[in-house]
Amino acid sequence: MFSWMAWTLPTALVFVFIFSCIGVLAFLEVKYPGGAERTGVFGITTTRGDRLFISILGTVFIMLGWLGLMGTPLWGGLTLSIIWAVFVFRKV
Amino acid sequence: MKTENPRAWLLVLPVILLVAFNALIPLMTVVNYSVQETFGNNVFFWQGVDWFEQVLHSERFHDALGRQFLFTGIILAVEIPLGVAIALAMPRKGIWVPICLILMSLPLLIPWNVVGAMWNIFTLPDIGLMGYGLNWLGIDYNMTQSPLAAWVTLIVMDVWHWTSLVVLLSYAGLVSIPDAYYQAAEIDGASKWSVFRYIQLPKMKQVLMIAILLRFMDSFMIYTEPFVLTGGGPGNSTTLLSIDLVKVALGQFDLGPAAAMSLIYFAITLLVSWVFYTIMNKDVKE
Repeated sequence: MFSWMAWTLPTALVFVFIFSCIGVLAFLEVKYPGGAERTGVFGITTTRGDRLFISILGTVFIMLGWLGLMGTPLWGGLTLSIIWAVFVFRKV
Repeated sequence: MKTENPRAWLLVLPVILLVAFNALIPLMTVVNYSVQETFGNNVFFWQGVDWFEQVLHSERFHDALGRQFLFTGIILAVEIPLGVAIALAMPRKGIWVPICLILMSLPLLIPWNVVGAMWNIFTLPDIGLMGYGLNWLGIDYNMTQSPLAAWVTLIVMDVWHWTSLVVLLSYAGLVSIPDAYYQAAEIDGASKWSVFRYIQLPKMKQVLMIAILLRFMDSFMIYTEPFVLTGGGPGNSTTLLSIDLVKVALGQFDLGPAAAMSLIYFAITLLVSWVFYTIMNKDVKE
């Protein structure tokens, strides 16, 4: 049924990861409503969902930048992305 | 106190399903295609991040992206001030209000491909009114041969088609300003510029941000009009990102590189839209 979508294990894992993150966010929202809103270092007000979005969007550009400038392997880009995500969730 | 009813989420369900079918599933498919090679027949070969690397290093992509930013930049720089100026000049009361509003809405009602075809015929140097007229005046104008003429035509066409949107949004912002503000300004002896700078512009800020956001997204995704008008030519001079993307995907049937290209394209659009959205929201809260 989904063969036309040309699934591969790595891409499936990416989507499983993203949807699990959304699932965790939903769970946290039920448990602690309000989205943990705050104003961070960039002066913008963010909720947990915003922070996830900023982390993922930032990761996309970090990975593309790494691929464009340094090429493969992407471990360096991944490390930077994780640092970026931790920074976003703690400070932004 | 805020009342909450979780059953309200059920009402959102149809939209979620619709978005899943028309956006999420195609997007996932594009992601899957971007890491594989196919020769048709639903047979795929793992390719890793090769396509992304190829696109990121491709001069053709850089050129198309550059042209796209140039086009969007010029469009915004022309349409936003022009739209505000026209909105300021429009009457606020009387019989002319509906007439102006209808005149302004007309270009927005014309489908993209018709706009492209209209301007194509209008600007042809041998039979088009504008093309023939300019050449008759002694101005060497041929948008099928000169890249500059093609660009000017493309921009004039977009300005003609979409400035009205900025006008209508700005006008809506302007008419929502209560008369008391103007009366106060008059008592203080404010100049026309001060009225614009300290009353009208701040009150229009919200709608202007929406106008900029809409015009950015639309012009960044523009396909039909330049495709019908110039077909990306002469040469590659008006091949904007979406035209290039369709050439790669459907012309050459390189689905993998096309998928990688569209994901990069999507990421850029998402980033710029998010920046605009954040600025807008920040202003609302302040």
